[in-house]
Amino acid sequence: MTATRGSGQTRQRVARAAIILLIGGYLLLPMFAMLDFSTRGPGGSRTLDSFIAIGSNRDLLEGIFNSLATAGLTVMGMLLLLVPTMTWTIVRVPRMRRVVEFLCLLPLAIPAIVLVVGIAPVYRGVTFLFGGSALTLVFIDIILVLPFAYRALDGALRSIDVATLADAGRSLGASWPRVIRQIIVPNIRPGILSASVLAVALVLGEFTISSLLNFDTLQVTINLIGKRDAFISVAVCLAALTFAFVLIYAIAAFGSADQRRRQVAKEDE
Amino acid sequence: MDAVAPAAPDRSDTGASSGGTGARGSRHLGDYAGVVPFFVYIGLFLLLPTLIVVVGAFQANDGSPTLSNVESVLTEQAFLAAFGRSIWLSVVTALLGAVLGGLLAWAVASGDPNGRLRPIIVAASGVLAQFGGVMLAFAFLATFGFNGLVTLLLRDSLGVDPQESAGWLYGMNGLAVVYTYFQIPLMLIVFLPAFDALRREWRDASESLGGSSWTYWRHIAGPILAPSFLGALLLLFANALSAYATAAALISQGSPIVPLQISTALTSEVVLGQANVGKALALAMILVVAVVMTLYALIQRRASRWAK
Repeated sequence: MTATRGSGQTRQRVARAAIILLIGGYLLLPMFAMLDFSTRGPGGSRTLDSFIAIGSNRDLLEGIFNSLATAGLTVMGMLLLLVPTMTWTIVRVPRMRRVVEFLCLLPLAIPAIVLVVGIAPVYRGVTFLFGGSALTLVFIDIILVLPFAYRALDGALRSIDVATLADAGRSLGASWPRVIRQIIVPNIRPGILSASVLAVALVLGEFTISSLLNFDTLQVTINLIGKRDAFISVAVCLAALTFAFVLIYAIAAFGSADQRRRQVAKEDE
Repeated sequence: MDAVAPAAPDRSDTGASSGGTGARGSRHLGDYAGVVPFFVYIGLFLLLPTLIVVVGAFQANDGSPTLSNVESVLTEQAFLAAFGRSIWLSVVTALLGAVLGGLLAWAVASGDPNGRLRPIIVAASGVLAQFGGVMLAFAFLATFGFNGLVTLLLRDSLGVDPQESAGWLYGMNGLAVVYTYFQIPLMLIVFLPAFDALRREWRDASESLGGSSWTYWRHIAGPILAPSFLGALLLLFANALSAYATAAALISQGSPIVPLQISTALTSEVVLGQANVGKALALAMILVVAVVMTLYALIQRRASRWAK
């Protein structure tokens, strides 16, 4: 019995390693190819010229600025929209909780390419009110990040007793904005952090809507420049993907460290 | 932690209803006022655009009601072919992605849950599955394009002409390969929780009763994982069907799939007055994706029974 189980486990370990090497290797191959492609120099040499050229390409810098600024605004808008609404539904109108959840997850069922068809007339109004800056993309980007942000915040809100915390704050005379700012927000910080990171990554990668509304975001510029000079575009892609990976990995590491700390604190009690 | 989490929603329910018993009707209205900004925002930027698509699909360019947009979507050869290719692409890449991603999920789940590899694979999958679009198209140009790494390796080692070995990337086959590439990590993210929910004890119980590895997978793990797998398959299908960015960056000629047809109809509206045909195409996509996502939600509810 133990012998067969032992050989079974060895087999499993070999299969595991093979799968991770093969499929993981396949996933890594294009990343490695990007590194190779973007560092090619004349006559088989290696150079970082493509990466250095990013800094002097005005179109790209503008695209990067537009996307980063929109990402920042999206994070703020998303938090302003979701945190008070979700807190309020938990404390005061639990009946609406399912409705809010449904609406937040709805963008998953409405493809961006469909949304952009209907959003064009709405954006004529937006442009009239706020001007034609690429930063106005924040309004639609908030919608796109809703499903991801909702899940992250919902997880965090479920792990604390929102109703009791809010009641305690209110009975001690705190206003609602103060309850949310000073009691709820500090308690769901990991959720806020991961919602924000997902939002930033999503906005930096957004192409469909910005391209069809003719806004020069990072992805639109990458695609445009890529038609003329693929080397610099590949360099930017690699940099952006690495940036997103580091952000998301850091948040996950931070989250699990936080969880361990809470567990230790709980065992100490 | 586990004990607190399920209790929290119950407490909030009772807290709210006990607060509500002494309240007047106006207080209730006040309660609902707190969610108004959210509904206004969603109404303006999510529901209104969807409504514009649905209504526009049945309007002529002058705004009068008509069925001609829907009719041309259902009868014109170019649109039908685009739907056919879109569905082929989605089915093939969903199946490939689900199988390969499922294998990867198994390999990751059966490893050390606190190991170093797991968070790296999960984070990388998140990036590749959800934020790639245009960037993945360029990644594949750098790999299999005319000047790509693999193409040049083939040229230098086997003398294969890049004109012959790289052309496939820019057509439907290229799309299928790149789509599969981002379906694999999406599958990992969606399916990993299902593997994590399988308990060690179930396998031990099966083995102590004399069950083989095959019995365990056939009669225990398989049936438990099946709903999650089916749900993931649907999600992957919807994901491929809605994808636009990769195709827009990779395909330079023609509009072989529905999302590209929609963007063509949208950008050429001034010339051809075709904008409302674009809306009819968009409506058709909403219908397909809505059916798929509803099935997904139903299956997910069933699958989550075992996740407790």
